[in-house]
Amino acid sequence: MAAVLEERPVETTGKKMAITAGEIKLEHVCKTYGKGPFAKDVIKDCSFLIERSKLTVMIGPSGCGKSSLIRLIAGFEAPTGGKILLNGKPVTHPGRDRLVVFQESALFPWMTTYDNIMYGPRARGEDNQKARDMANFLLDKVGLTAFRDKYPTQLSGGMQRRAELARAMINNPEVMVLDEPFRGLDAMSKELMWEYYAKLFEESHRTNFFVTTDIDEAVYLADRLLIMTNTPMQVRAVIDVDIPRPRSLSSFFTSDRANDVKMQALSLLHEEAMKSFSGGSKAAADFVEAYSKRKNATTTP
Amino acid sequence: MSAKRWKAALYGRGTRRAVISIIVFLVLWELGSRSEAWLGTRLPWIGNVPPPSSVMVAWGALLGDAGYWTSWYLSTMRVMSGFIAAMVIGIPLGLLMAVSRAFYGITFPTFEILRPIPPLAWVPAAIIFWPTQELSIAFVTFLGAFFTIVINVLGGAKSIDIRFFQSAQAMGSSKWDIFRRVVLPATVPSIVVGSSVGMGITWNVVVAAEMISGGGGGGGGGSGGGLGFFIWNSYVGGSYDQIVVGMISIGIAGYACSELLRGMGGFFTPWLRTR
Repeated sequence: MAAVLEERPVETTGKKMAITAGEIKLEHVCKTYGKGPFAKDVIKDCSFLIERSKLTVMIGPSGCGKSSLIRLIAGFEAPTGGKILLNGKPVTHPGRDRLVVFQESALFPWMTTYDNIMYGPRARGEDNQKARDMANFLLDKVGLTAFRDKYPTQLSGGMQRRAELARAMINNPEVMVLDEPFRGLDAMSKELMWEYYAKLFEESHRTNFFVTTDIDEAVYLADRLLIMTNTPMQVRAVIDVDIPRPRSLSSFFTSDRANDVKMQALSLLHEEAMKSFSGGSKAAADFVEAYSKRKNATTTP
Repeated sequence: MSAKRWKAALYGRGTRRAVISIIVFLVLWELGSRSEAWLGTRLPWIGNVPPPSSVMVAWGALLGDAGYWTSWYLSTMRVMSGFIAAMVIGIPLGLLMAVSRAFYGITFPTFEILRPIPPLAWVPAAIIFWPTQELSIAFVTFLGAFFTIVINVLGGAKSIDIRFFQSAQAMGSSKWDIFRRVVLPATVPSIVVGSSVGMGITWNVVVAAEMISGGGGGGGGGSGGGLGFFIWNSYVGGSYDQIVVGMISIGIAGYACSELLRGMGGFFTPWLRTR
């Protein structure tokens, strides 16, 4: 049965933005790079659902194929096997229905914050009052009104990330895909970004797919947490993070439920790391060592 | 700039150092040129160069000479026509090579064979092929800037971050829109760099071309054939002070052109001024 699009206006401080939330389904997706004896399976028989109106967070060891998966979902590359369906229709090319926010800033350096945000509407010939109002509204939402006419080089790392969120959101994508968007920010700015981002999500309940390697970030943001295996990548486990929103950052990490989820996720990630460690991967060594120390610290009273 | 900032710039550390730099250079030169008088023996090389004081006197006399200014005018016009032609043809060509794989495949090999040929090696051929002396000099000048501009534009456009294209495409940009709003602005810094390097080469080339071809159009008597010919003519006529005047004139002209390009480059790349 064809998926029925859910359209509902969301009240946002006086202004209305119609949110269309989509759903992405992956069916036995495979991706192999290289040919013949050099072929490497990065993703093998990977199936999961990015649920409508939920924030799905994917966490896995670094280098496990998360970024490859994002390129497939975005439509920049085609899978070598399986299907990726957006609202039941196969994904074939990039489109504004699934916008990607990249790891490092991909803001256009030659455009001001406002022009960057207005890129999408202008590209479609929609430089009208409605789009301009929406751009200003989003600038306000991400706290960048005062930086409207600045170039990206004049913004801090966190501001750039927020500008990029706004640039994606003005296109009203059915699914927002975020590839480690807050990587490389310092701990304080990162927490600020989580709060901004969680608020934006809670106000819209747009479908979000968020990829990270940061366990705290994953647990704090997720409705559903996908834990991935090492390459070739598959879903190892799905944890439903049933902690009510809005979540207060100050008390979140002291709550029992959050810690349960975190420990559960860590032990699964540890198993994956052990596997790749015994397989000769040096990348997992640090994680394995850190995990064993942590275990000892929590078990001794 | 406000009057206050002009004043600050004029009396600032930078100006002071620039003045010191030029004065020290002139004093050393003067001393070197007059080494026979105070040292008893002529220093090698520098001892044969006319001292700045006599160069200044010769220059003062030339300031009222129409022929000298005609040389300025002729060389500048040749540089400008060659350079502007190189920009007008080179920038679109570089961009086309960057965006079309087929066009790149067809043009690049030939381009790469022609590129290493020094512009001066073209002088005889240019004199044969072009109907007037003036056109042959302008053509060689054009070549000097052309290859540099094309290779810079091509390199700049090819090294654009792929995520810019992916973002633009995902946000609904058409191909033409991506070219206009991503490729073009992303290449402007390379166009500016290519142009300023090309401008420097243009001045090198025009002077040599004028010397080889004997000054071209406005030739006639005395010094009517451009600054390169002016220098050559002074050498042949034995007025060594004028040789140095011609050299410094070219230095000043080249510097003025570079400053002009820098200013224009800054105007077209406002986002780079903010770093």
